[in-house]
Amino acid sequence: MATDTQTVKRTAFLSRLKIEDDKIEATKEEFNKILNWIEELNEINTDDVEPLIAVNNTPLRIREDEVTAGNCREDILKNAPSAEYDYFAVPKVVE
Amino acid sequence: MTDITKLTVSEALNALKNKEFTASELTEAYLHNMENERQYNAYITECADIALTQAAEADKHYANGTNRALEGIPLGIKDLFCTKNIRTTAASHILDNFVPPYESTVTQNLLDDGAVFLGKLNLDEFAMGGSNETSYFGPVVNPWSKDKPLVPGGSSGGSAAAVAAHLCAAATGTDTGGSIREPAAFCGITGIKPTYGRCSRYGIVAFASSLDQAGPIAQDVRDCAILLKSMAGFDEKDSTSYKTEVPDFESFMDKDIAGLTIGLPKEYRPDGMNPEICAYWDKAAEYLKARGAKVKEISLPHTKYALATYYVLAPAEASSNLARYDGIRYGFRAEGQHLDDLYTNTRTQGFGAEVKRRIMIGTYVLSSGYYDAYFLKAQKMRRLIYNDFMDAFKQCDVILTPTSPITAFPIGDESMLQNPINMYLNDVFTVSVNLAGLPALSLPIGLSATGLPYGMQLIGKPFDEGTLFSVAAKIETDAKFERI
Amino acid sequence: MAEYIIETAKGKWEIVVGLEIHCQIISKSKIFSGASTEFGDDPNINVSFVDAGMPGMLPTLNKECVHQAVKTGLGLNAKINKYSEFSRKNYFYADMPTDYQITQFRYPIVGEGEITIDLSDGSTKKIGIERMHIEQDAGKSIHDLSPTKSYIDLNRAGVGLMEIVTKPDFRAPEEAGAFLRKLRSILRYLGTCDGNMDEGSMRCDVNVSVRPYGSDELRSRSEMKNVNSVKFVMQAIENEAKRHIEIYESGGTIEQETRQFDPTTGQSKLMRKKEFAHDYRYFPEPDLPPLILSDEYIDSIRAEMIELPDAKKQRFVETLGLTPYDATVLCENKEHAAFFEKAAAGHDAKKVANWMMSDFFAMLNKKRLDIAQSPVSAENLGNLVELISKEVISGKIAKDVFEIMSETGKSPEKIVEEKGLKQVTDTGAIETIINEVIASNPDNVSAYKNGKTNLAGWFVGQVIKQSQGKANPAIVNKLVREKLDK
Repeated sequence: MATDTQTVKRTAFLSRLKIEDDKIEATKEEFNKILNWIEELNEINTDDVEPLIAVNNTPLRIREDEVTAGNCREDILKNAPSAEYDYFAVPKVVE
Repeated sequence: MTDITKLTVSEALNALKNKEFTASELTEAYLHNMENERQYNAYITECADIALTQAAEADKHYANGTNRALEGIPLGIKDLFCTKNIRTTAASHILDNFVPPYESTVTQNLLDDGAVFLGKLNLDEFAMGGSNETSYFGPVVNPWSKDKPLVPGGSSGGSAAAVAAHLCAAATGTDTGGSIREPAAFCGITGIKPTYGRCSRYGIVAFASSLDQAGPIAQDVRDCAILLKSMAGFDEKDSTSYKTEVPDFESFMDKDIAGLTIGLPKEYRPDGMNPEICAYWDKAAEYLKARGAKVKEISLPHTKYALATYYVLAPAEASSNLARYDGIRYGFRAEGQHLDDLYTNTRTQGFGAEVKRRIMIGTYVLSSGYYDAYFLKAQKMRRLIYNDFMDAFKQCDVILTPTSPITAFPIGDESMLQNPINMYLNDVFTVSVNLAGLPALSLPIGLSATGLPYGMQLIGKPFDEGTLFSVAAKIETDAKFERI
Repeated sequence: MAEYIIETAKGKWEIVVGLEIHCQIISKSKIFSGASTEFGDDPNINVSFVDAGMPGMLPTLNKECVHQAVKTGLGLNAKINKYSEFSRKNYFYADMPTDYQITQFRYPIVGEGEITIDLSDGSTKKIGIERMHIEQDAGKSIHDLSPTKSYIDLNRAGVGLMEIVTKPDFRAPEEAGAFLRKLRSILRYLGTCDGNMDEGSMRCDVNVSVRPYGSDELRSRSEMKNVNSVKFVMQAIENEAKRHIEIYESGGTIEQETRQFDPTTGQSKLMRKKEFAHDYRYFPEPDLPPLILSDEYIDSIRAEMIELPDAKKQRFVETLGLTPYDATVLCENKEHAAFFEKAAAGHDAKKVANWMMSDFFAMLNKKRLDIAQSPVSAENLGNLVELISKEVISGKIAKDVFEIMSETGKSPEKIVEEKGLKQVTDTGAIETIINEVIASNPDNVSAYKNGKTNLAGWFVGQVIKQSQGKANPAIVNKLVREKLDK
């Protein structure tokens, strides 16, 4: 399943990464090289195989409904590149 | 007086208990080494002041007899573990100013046992790499380098180099596809990736959540046992942490291995494999046989597919785990007129090439139209690989393999840089273990003709790290490998 | 109920509508973190490191959210899935700190169910539930503090949500409205969501398509996000259906798209253009193993279930003799139904229902009071009805008594006693008044005798008036006729 430049561009957009126009072709080549290699998995028929999702078979634990965190706004905001009026600040989002 | 930084953790603990030197003296000795050996580029952040304060505290505990399991032992911490009020970068530009307001569970466990933190160790950016060359803070140099600088392996390259060069007594690492074991092998030291769920992942910058595990990198097997005992344990903050007792791993060191069955997977000996490493592998098996273990050829039929499986699943999870680095709440921000521009500029400038490559691959294999062909397929392959091990463990107790098909290679190696797959192939013996969630230990076995260390890997049943320590201790004794 | 058909010059159309409703789960802490769910606090206060998506932070599932979801599933008569999985839904969004939402995708906690809706003509209809899953809410952006910036508050980020997806079973706007009212009623009965659409704790996405009347095709639908009142949902359906029909009839086509409903105009506008379409790349959440529920656990929640509005309604109709309409109204709200039952105990239930639905609710409305704050207690309302039934007071006097009850909170017996309002049933006393009225109105008496027999009513009125309303009307009626016909 070789990919095309359009798909590479869309993948970059979904990843929020910019690929310069003159790098698209090279990126596509590299992509195809890796995808080709991955496709050796198709040598094995897995129709009746259950996907493995959680490796150590522990059912999900659930926690008591208690307030144990929060009230730490300073810590929440202190690493923010831009914070104003106790909010994170970003360029205006136009809905 | 001998160089106290050459001592193992267990030796240093004895010496501290016997008041041969103080924790402050020991810490100062390491800080001195760190200052003199900056050419290795092992540390991203050194924190001498904090270390000295912790060491002084440790000395008080020794003075009043309340010394804990790791009291005063100076450790290096892979810069993927969040450390409260100490910058944590994941070796990425995108986090190069991030100071966590919280402590990871593993490092908290170490602090609770009295450890001293010397600083944060270099790694591949977000632990993605096998040579430590993807770090935003530059490559780490393997202390075994001769005429030209060699890689220490990755991603825990800083950890392995620092331990090998005595820039810390021991270090923490993380292992997603071999990131503890490969650098340990390249640097002639010992490391263990415990069973998935043995160490909490809380506070460790996530790469691939279903594969990541923390573990120690240390001078020898015993030190790994001591360190792992401290690091491990159930944590309710990590829903994948396993609720089970943490045994006294050190007590397994002296356990007899007679009667154990050691499996040698035939798929790990492909045609054309380096005869040197094959010879060491046979030798290791001989050591165990001589001590009464049975050695048996086993089969892990889907081994061939482990790498491709890994290179679908790990990037997929990473693409999602790394989405949060968007320039809003922490880390580097590149401005943009609209929010999407800000995201794209931040991430394009903030991430390095390998990380971007994996995010792209991961995004692709999850996107609609490709999910079943790649991601779901890989999850199914993961089941087959897991089943291979479970079947194998019906016939043997421990599996013995080489850690890596090669020894450390030069920094900037052309073939590795030109084709990322060549780099990925170095993980061929290590990734299956992560896919199956098993414990695996790497220890040095001997040197190549060119004088570089080879590592042997022992793979155990889930939560049976103890047997790995029993077997590794015997190989270690018999191999008589000389560290730097 | 009558079919909802949109008829144009060119033909007849029907609508096909489905709803997706996000309901905030009532719990003390967030679904995946220990921060408080409290609403209205200062920005970024109820935020933990997990909620802020800090590096290395991991989700842990809140027991109460699972409990509430199972309870809600049982309330929707739905299948509870013993195996469910969390997944990540990946998209970049300023209000979503990890840039993915933890939700459920392939394996939701609740499967198919159905609820019965009550329509205005007294009929009912079953609406299918496709599924219900649990997930985390996003934070909020504030756009009006600065002309150039948006500000992000994560207090809401990570609050638990239940997303209920219906089958496309609605064929009229009224049905969607009735569904939302019934759903809200069930959630409030269960205490799993407060159901306040205006505060955003219940938010509705509406999927609308149309098709030629009588056909069974499914055409492209448009989705309208966050329509925040029952009235707007109905309006949005009506207007969107019209828009589709106009486009089809002028030869156009409808593309699947997301639209924003504007409550001020009642119209919708395109929100998400196709080239920006998301690809959510769902995959199982590796930080949370699958959720496994045992039969014992589900049964224990089943055992906690209380009587829900439909069952209560049926009981009110069957054992208390209420009309289906009255029972529906009284059962919509758990507190109203409880008040009613208490008031009706031992009294004429139908009369109590009439009183509640007229004077009593009117009084609460006028005073802007919640039923819990009512000055008239359930017992007193029941006793008032009892006084009427026993003919101690007339219905007319009862209204005055109720007025005093709602001002003073006193019992009706006491008011009747104090004000001397007891109905006069002593025929001697009534006859005295009748005699007086007849004596002072000779003209009307002769008119009556000459055939204007409908004047009897006038005489009755006069007598009751002179008795200050206390004379029993039935007795007055009988005696007046006897006297006049003599």
